[in-house]
Amino acid sequence: MDKDFAARRRRDLIIAAVLAAIAALTPLFVKDVVVQNILILTLMYAGLSQSWNILSGYCGQISLGHALYFGLGAYTTELLFTKFGVLPWFGMLAGGAVSALIAMGLGYPFFRLRGHYFVIATIVIAEIGLLLFHNWEWAGAAMGITIPIRGDSWLKFQFLRTKLPYFYFALALCCLAWFVTWWLENSKWGFWWRAVKDNPEAAESLGVDVFNSKMGAAAVSAFLVAVGGSFYAQFVSYIDPESVMGFQFSLLMALPAVLGGIGTLWGPVLGAAILIPLTELTRFKFGGSGRGVDLIVYGTLIVLISLALPRGLLSLFSRPKKTGAAR
Amino acid sequence: MGLLYGLIAVGLALIFGLMDVTNFAHGEFLMIAMYLSFFLFAFFAIDPLLSAPLVAAALFVFGAVIYLLLVRFAMRAKANAGMVQIFTTFGLAIVMRGLAQYFFTPDYRSIPQSWLGGKTISIAGIFLPEPQLVGALVSILAFVGLYFFIHRTDFGRAIEATREDPGAVALVGIDKNRVFAFGWGLGAALVGLAGAIMAVFFYIYPDVGASFALIAYVTVALGGFGSVFGAFAGGIIVGLVEAVTALVLPPSLKSVGIYAVYLLVVFIRPRGLFGSI
Repeated sequence: MDKDFAARRRRDLIIAAVLAAIAALTPLFVKDVVVQNILILTLMYAGLSQSWNILSGYCGQISLGHALYFGLGAYTTELLFTKFGVLPWFGMLAGGAVSALIAMGLGYPFFRLRGHYFVIATIVIAEIGLLLFHNWEWAGAAMGITIPIRGDSWLKFQFLRTKLPYFYFALALCCLAWFVTWWLENSKWGFWWRAVKDNPEAAESLGVDVFNSKMGAAAVSAFLVAVGGSFYAQFVSYIDPESVMGFQFSLLMALPAVLGGIGTLWGPVLGAAILIPLTELTRFKFGGSGRGVDLIVYGTLIVLISLALPRGLLSLFSRPKKTGAAR
Repeated sequence: MGLLYGLIAVGLALIFGLMDVTNFAHGEFLMIAMYLSFFLFAFFAIDPLLSAPLVAAALFVFGAVIYLLLVRFAMRAKANAGMVQIFTTFGLAIVMRGLAQYFFTPDYRSIPQSWLGGKTISIAGIFLPEPQLVGALVSILAFVGLYFFIHRTDFGRAIEATREDPGAVALVGIDKNRVFAFGWGLGAALVGLAGAIMAVFFYIYPDVGASFALIAYVTVALGGFGSVFGAFAGGIIVGLVEAVTALVLPPSLKSVGIYAVYLLVVFIRPRGLFGSI
């Protein structure tokens, strides 16, 4: 069993490296800006979903309020940049730190809650954040922040003529989130999380620090999502409360993981690789009419996949033995 | 007007609270009801107040059909049933919004003239808008009715028993699907009633449901899952808190008060005010 597990982990790492290398080469062949855009978003959502999966998938604390951390990352970066001239690279780390701290601060009261009460609390806290930013004059209120154009530079992480740097950053973020998950999966934390998810009382009685393992998961998850938020802000160069903190982001982060396979290493990547291009293509193809056909197609897809594969798409590939090791 | 939230929340209390099924399309049920009410008025000049029973009946059928076609299968999922329910109903909500946009266009509509619209009534010197007053009355009636239904009739007890232990109910000859389909129908009918009354004084557009749905979830959870009375109390509290917040903070922040109260309540009582599950 142990040997199998180690072999599987090595294999996962090799597959990831190969996939990352292939992804890194795609811009050589794909010159179309629309397609590049879709690839960037796919990688970004894969990374976000992977981060969400740490808290909600592995640790079992379903959060539908991660838009809060996404928005905090975006806002911290851009407020620091536009008001104090702090470079986005530092802003990114600051945003991550702020989000991780807030996640832990919220964790104190939140992790006492169970089931629906917890999920609704996470939705509600993100909604409060959204409303506060809506009314915060200094942060641009409902108008949001337009990021001043200063020309292409790595220093300011801003590029007008090419999307390639964004592509590579999104790829790096996705790889980072994947690697963190891969690494944590086999650490003490990873085992604690799965124990907490399956049966918190039993875990507690065996000496697992349930509360702190939830806190750890929340902090890591929030940090990575906030970095994603910073990236998104630089990428679209305009943010307002709805566009970075809206409820739909919380769901969009959760969807790839759920469709791909919640609480699994590959689920979020697989889910994002299928879902995001589909979303963007339906929007591209049917969205122009303004008559909601894209919504109908998209919604139907979600319903069908959730009903047909409750364990996610990944369950198509795995044999029972492997899921046993993965869960 | 907290009773209004109460009215939307009753239907949800039945589905979400009593049957423990997550329904993220509740707001869209409301939207459909409002459109039905609008079209009955626009084409047949039936006043929303008169058409309310018709709308409720239509929604009953709709809710039951949705249960039988979709939710039944979502509940059958063995692995992470919660997420399957969330995303099945969320997908349904998106489809319904898309369909509404397709057939009804995203335009804002309203019912300009109705028996109640825009009229006020004066009670002891306080002016109250009539539609809201009727809404409040209907919601109280709906709550009392539901309360007796759940606690005094066999069918109400069957719903609760089915949630508790589907296997045991099957042994005594209760068909789980029939009970839950009826429950969904009833929940949808109640939100249909709410929609019919709200159509009088709210704009009707494809996304209208979303803004009310979240408040309805909070209302149900505030009162506590598994308690009809809790949802009713939750509705009144939410209405009062909103009114008070609107006095102190700018109107755009009025929901913050509601959310803050919810968090406060569940931190002190993790199962809501009157929750049993």
